[in-house]
Amino acid sequence: MDVSSHDVLLVGGGGAGLRAAIAAAEVNPQLSIAVVSKVYPMRSHTVSAEGGAAGVIKEDDSLDEHAYDSISGGDWLCDQDAVETFVKEAPQELLQLERWGCPWSREPNGHIAVRAFGGMKKRRTWFAADKTGFHMLHTLFQTSLRFDPITRYDEWFVTKLLVDEGRVQGVVAIELMSGRIQAITAKAVILCTGGCGRIFPFTTNANIKNGDGMALAYRAGAPLKDMEFVQYHPTGLPFTGILITEAARSEGGYMLNKDGYRYLQDYNLGKPQPKPVLRSMELGPRDRLSQAFVSEDQKGRTIQTPYGSIVHLDLRHLGEKVINTKLPFVRELCMKYQNIDPVKELIPVRPVVHYMMGGVSTDIDGATPLAGLYAAGEVACVSINGANRLGSNSLPECLVFGARAGKAAALFAAQQKVPNGSVLAQATDERKRLESQFLFKTGGRERISTIREGMQTTVEKCAGIYRDGASLAEGADTLRQLQERFADINLDDHNRTFNTELEAALELGFMLDVAESIVQCALHRTESRGAHQRTDFPARDDKRFLAHSIVHRNPDGSSRVELLPVKITRWAPGERVYGELSQTNEPPQAVLTRKAG
Amino acid sequence: MADKIILEVARYSPEQDTKPCFATYEVPVHKEWVVLDALNYIKDKVDGSLTYRWSCRMGICGSCGMMVNGEPKLTCATFLSSYAHNGNKIRVEPLRYFPVVRDLVTELSDFLVKLKKVKPWLIRKDTVPLSQGEFLQTPEQLDYYKQFSMCINCTLCYSACPVVGLDPKFVGPAAIALAQRYNLDSRDQGAVERIAVLAHPEGIWGCTFVGECTKVCPKHVDPAGAIQQYKLNAVLDWLTSFLMPRGHNSQDVKP
Repeated sequence: MDVSSHDVLLVGGGGAGLRAAIAAAEVNPQLSIAVVSKVYPMRSHTVSAEGGAAGVIKEDDSLDEHAYDSISGGDWLCDQDAVETFVKEAPQELLQLERWGCPWSREPNGHIAVRAFGGMKKRRTWFAADKTGFHMLHTLFQTSLRFDPITRYDEWFVTKLLVDEGRVQGVVAIELMSGRIQAITAKAVILCTGGCGRIFPFTTNANIKNGDGMALAYRAGAPLKDMEFVQYHPTGLPFTGILITEAARSEGGYMLNKDGYRYLQDYNLGKPQPKPVLRSMELGPRDRLSQAFVSEDQKGRTIQTPYGSIVHLDLRHLGEKVINTKLPFVRELCMKYQNIDPVKELIPVRPVVHYMMGGVSTDIDGATPLAGLYAAGEVACVSINGANRLGSNSLPECLVFGARAGKAAALFAAQQKVPNGSVLAQATDERKRLESQFLFKTGGRERISTIREGMQTTVEKCAGIYRDGASLAEGADTLRQLQERFADINLDDHNRTFNTELEAALELGFMLDVAESIVQCALHRTESRGAHQRTDFPARDDKRFLAHSIVHRNPDGSSRVELLPVKITRWAPGERVYGELSQTNEPPQAVLTRKAG
Repeated sequence: MADKIILEVARYSPEQDTKPCFATYEVPVHKEWVVLDALNYIKDKVDGSLTYRWSCRMGICGSCGMMVNGEPKLTCATFLSSYAHNGNKIRVEPLRYFPVVRDLVTELSDFLVKLKKVKPWLIRKDTVPLSQGEFLQTPEQLDYYKQFSMCINCTLCYSACPVVGLDPKFVGPAAIALAQRYNLDSRDQGAVERIAVLAHPEGIWGCTFVGECTKVCPKHVDPAGAIQQYKLNAVLDWLTSFLMPRGHNSQDVKP
């Protein structure tokens, strides 16, 4: 079998992966760094992020306020040491991107401009019109081209982590172009593969978001954390699931029900004002807005369409000029994909699966409990997002923890020996598995799309915006049956060259494992918090569940959920307050005194 | 609108075929469906071996470019319904002027080499610590290069460009536009380095200004405009090198 070797290996070349690669190259230019990505890096899903990236930069703002907004927005499930690190380093990272050429939107005097975002009490979201992720990703990709220590493996699909002597020592990957299956060994591996929205039928996530990294880690013995927390974004276009950015609301858009009524005022989110008010109404957090939609729907105050119930997002009063300068992509998407012009018409929207708060459990340096394995970005759970991520925290998360993981992995790699020969035997076994169970197998009876659709309807039904024990238990059973049927899968494509059907089958395998971890965590958490709402346990229960769900995979493939207490530094758990009250009350800062030492 | 449409799709596997051929599929038409939805329908329900790239389905990742009835298009943004007048037939082929890997998948590594060649990163002669804050850039200065920063690397412009068809070494529209994106950025000081790469027959002088690149660009980047600007500045440089041998450099034309 062919083998290539590097010091640090990135799986994924999006925002977190490229930032990590550059960080590793800067820490130690002697290292050899590999970026292994199943797509060309500039195709990575970071490219779709629209609204912006939060980082304290203006004089009226403070790190503590950003931390408090994030922690209360996360319903007190964030690790507060991680949040403090995050808010401190986010502005530096965004500034670094400015130095690399990111075309941030500006104030008339040439300084960085910031906009309001949901759940944030100050304006602190940097933006590049409404294509922030696109510009960040292309800036990172173009900048990465000048770092010679970085070797790219474009369109290589990682199927397995190689683990020996309790340490990750590389990966097995398929080069799509040739179909060659080979080992790429490394002294440290960083997973930056993003989320897994495609487990659900209706999602903003690109086709490539299949939980690859989560499943790779989980199968290799690294636990996942807080998988039950799935974010529904309140404003997706029906049918396509294309995201209409939260920036549309921060610029002043209204949410209207079928009667043209700003219904969020009925859900403890404040009173309607003509102009946007921070931490109020349309600028409430995403979990609360998506939950409000479900209530409106139950009251019969939504509009029925062939693609589900909808409400409206109204931007008409903003005028053409504001829409063109601040929200040009929103207008482009509406016109191209929905055939409506938001300058003159209402935008039909409904909640759509958008983001995984949970992921591979890491510390603040991106290290997982499995030696040599790191993770950063959406694939990871540090955790700064708790039970509900605030909009515009995920892009800086990619940068802050991408950079930290890159540095930590570079330091770790410099102290390790060359990977040992026994991982090559594992790689050969993996190649045989891929060939016998997928590529050259004949006689299977199941189609990929049938099982994938089965999984998607099951997960939506039992682990959507509202959940209960009975449907979760039923969902868990159905997923187990789907796993069995997956073993009987049939491929039409037995070519080695660019076999996207083989890739889709392996992605489906990843998604089934991740789906199971979501349902098991949701079943285990018998309380309601943030994005996890149990109708049979409607209250938050800090006594039992001020804790992360840690899910391990047992050798027989089943899962085991344990609890790990949340790290509290300075902000004692309190009530989440939005609307007028959040304007008048000062956030309870520094209510806990820091422990000496 | 008819409820079915015929897709003629180019098929080619180097392991099985000596040359590409067309396969015909009947696909249901929904008014919301784009060409990519039809391809996904075929792959999911009819033939899992159909091979193409796609990802975001919102016109920003740049993966799903193909020839649709002879024109380079992002298939995620091309509605089936717009071909209903065309005898209900749509022909889908891989992007022209690129080597074909399989079916609708083209070989992009040469494009990536060209992108890197133009040094598409911010070049500074000084190092300013982050503690000094951002480089200032007014909205007007941002507007000056913004259009050229919108390229999603979909390569439709290469398939539209007759020069790319004749001379595969031509750096091509997207890469030149990207060079100009940095040249025009008030924070950049690398224009002179880039002109060294581009002022030759396989660079800007290869372009015969047909303008097809700009017509097919789904993001209104206007590569043709970028190339013409570039040519003008290169000529000015050449002239001033006689008049002011050690002085002015007109590549630096930023406001």
